[in-house]
Amino acid sequence: MTKKQKKTLRRILIAAALYIAAAVLCALFPAMPWPAQAALYLIPYFVIGYDVLRKAVMGIVHGEVFDENFLMAIATVGAMLLGEYGEGVAVMLFYQVGELFQSYAVGKSRRSIAGLMDIRPDSANLEEADGSLRAVDPEEVAVGSVIVVRPGEKIPLDGVVLEGESTLNTAALTGESRPRSARPGEGVISGSVNGDGVLRVQVTKAYGQSTVARILDLVENSSLKKAKAENFITKFARYYTPAVCFAALALAVLPPLVLGGGWAMWVKRALTFLVISCPCALVISIPLTFFGGIGGASRCGILVKGGNYLEALAHTGTVVFDKTGTLTQGVFRVSRVTPAPGHTGAEVLELAALAESYSSHPISKSLREACPNPAGRAENAQEIAGQGVAALVDGAQVLAGNAKLMQARSIDFVPDDGVGTVVYVAREGVFCGSILIADELKENAARAVEALRRQGVRTVMLTGDSEAVAAGVADQLGIDEHHAGLLPDDKVRRVEELLADKRRGSLAFAGDGINDAPVLMRADIGIAMGALGSDAAIEAADVVLMDDDPAKIALAMRVARRCMGIVYQNIVFALGIKILFLLLGAVGIANMWWAVFADVGVMVLAVFNATRMLSTRSYRL
Amino acid sequence: MQKKFNIEVDCANCAAKIETAVKALPGVQNASVSFMAQKMLLEAEDSQFDAILKQAVKAAKKIEPDFEIEL
Repeated sequence: MTKKQKKTLRRILIAAALYIAAAVLCALFPAMPWPAQAALYLIPYFVIGYDVLRKAVMGIVHGEVFDENFLMAIATVGAMLLGEYGEGVAVMLFYQVGELFQSYAVGKSRRSIAGLMDIRPDSANLEEADGSLRAVDPEEVAVGSVIVVRPGEKIPLDGVVLEGESTLNTAALTGESRPRSARPGEGVISGSVNGDGVLRVQVTKAYGQSTVARILDLVENSSLKKAKAENFITKFARYYTPAVCFAALALAVLPPLVLGGGWAMWVKRALTFLVISCPCALVISIPLTFFGGIGGASRCGILVKGGNYLEALAHTGTVVFDKTGTLTQGVFRVSRVTPAPGHTGAEVLELAALAESYSSHPISKSLREACPNPAGRAENAQEIAGQGVAALVDGAQVLAGNAKLMQARSIDFVPDDGVGTVVYVAREGVFCGSILIADELKENAARAVEALRRQGVRTVMLTGDSEAVAAGVADQLGIDEHHAGLLPDDKVRRVEELLADKRRGSLAFAGDGINDAPVLMRADIGIAMGALGSDAAIEAADVVLMDDDPAKIALAMRVARRCMGIVYQNIVFALGIKILFLLLGAVGIANMWWAVFADVGVMVLAVFNATRMLSTRSYRL
Repeated sequence: MQKKFNIEVDCANCAAKIETAVKALPGVQNASVSFMAQKMLLEAEDSQFDAILKQAVKAAKKIEPDFEIEL
């Protein structure tokens, strides 16, 4: 409990004691004149309600009428004026109990959501110049200093291993405990837990820039991006409160004027009406549900950057995948070399590796791996987007790329129809041969697509690869639609075309976040996968999957739908009960006590319902 | 310029009202108040940021006298 809550609790206890004393005295001496009775009840009333009255008055002074303080002040002062002293105090007392309970429940769930992301490192063991260790706050560690991570400790800052070998558990970040190795020269990510080796790590990023800080920042700030449902409630509350106040006024004035007599009864009903009407349950439970949903998702290694994205995810009708690195492992291996007559396989491979030696494309990497030390020199390397590269190798013009490149340079080549990416190689305009490079499907790719299809989601795959490869992969995975041979610009255009089809709900694009930032931004929901350690992906996407498991997309959608389900439940439940009680109050069935339940009880139930989002048991794949 | 502040608000409805009021201030490009995270985001012109922030705090205190902000 916070200091403020403790103070409120003390006030509640004192006021309750005074209230009981007043009630006992009034019962013992029923002949007491009314001013004395009023005075007895006014003491607990002011003890418990002074802040509400003060805020109500300040609200009126500032032109901010119609808040809950105003409602409570009017209702209790009204009860007092009607001579119902006990009731006035009791309602105020219950209101404060409810407020305290609410503040406690919300605070608790806020803390448990924060606890879900239990990745914040407590301290770092900084190695001093003389070799001794000192535990310091991770925020104080400068880039370049050396820290020591003992077995079982959290890695406090991103860095590179200098000494020691161990395995790291990234479960707190990715939701799954897949061990990662840590050896000298390899990078380690803050937030992962060290296995059983001692590591000496050189810090490469300050705490503020480290993975852990960025993730925490992202989760904490996600509630600033509000979903439509949240904004709807806020807007609703803005019109609702004044509307209810006028309805209460009408209820107090019109029936006695029309039906005649019974002012006290109708005023009392109007006051009950006011107490019921408090919009707190709605206004609090909706953001809490989104907050819980975001917390629950992050526990599974899915970071959602805002309630609005959670809402969009729940309405996803189309998921567009980038093939490479998303559905496939993005690890290309040379699987076949077909030299043209008069050339050898080794020669073709060497030429290709040289020509591509400056390219960062995954294909080039696999060529370099297949031919690690090519003999020769390459210069003037030029990337031709969507086609390949051109370079001068030992003075001769070498082209390495897809069929389009060969056609563009009108080179006579022998097509290779294997499933995979084919690199055609030509020297001085003469075709030398082709290299087939295949990319393996991810283990979970088929399951991911299947899970989406079961949820009735259309799946589309975009790729820069050839039609043959795309068709092969799409067929294997059961993807509804595929578009091959796309340049980065084409991908944006395709996504825009798909976006134009509004019947389908929102569109999510999943990529590895490395060179598809424009598409990630353009889609309703940009999902970046394998983000662990990739700052660019975390920056560009709306939903970030910490590991590279495509099945998490379907899981994210399930979490989102569950969250929206609870949001709608709360809206319907809270509004339904309110309207029911407003009617009951208007006809005089529900009294002040019912009214307090309708206000505080509904709110507490809605808060409990919202906290269901925190149970992550149901989020297993 | 966009800046985030840690704040203290006691009720969700006040947070929503503060957000509306701050958004309506002249010079404010965007504002968001999160009751759950107890955070406020303010986006405004660099040159006037401090003055606008002062205005925002004033507007917030008017709605919720218990409003606190960590500057």
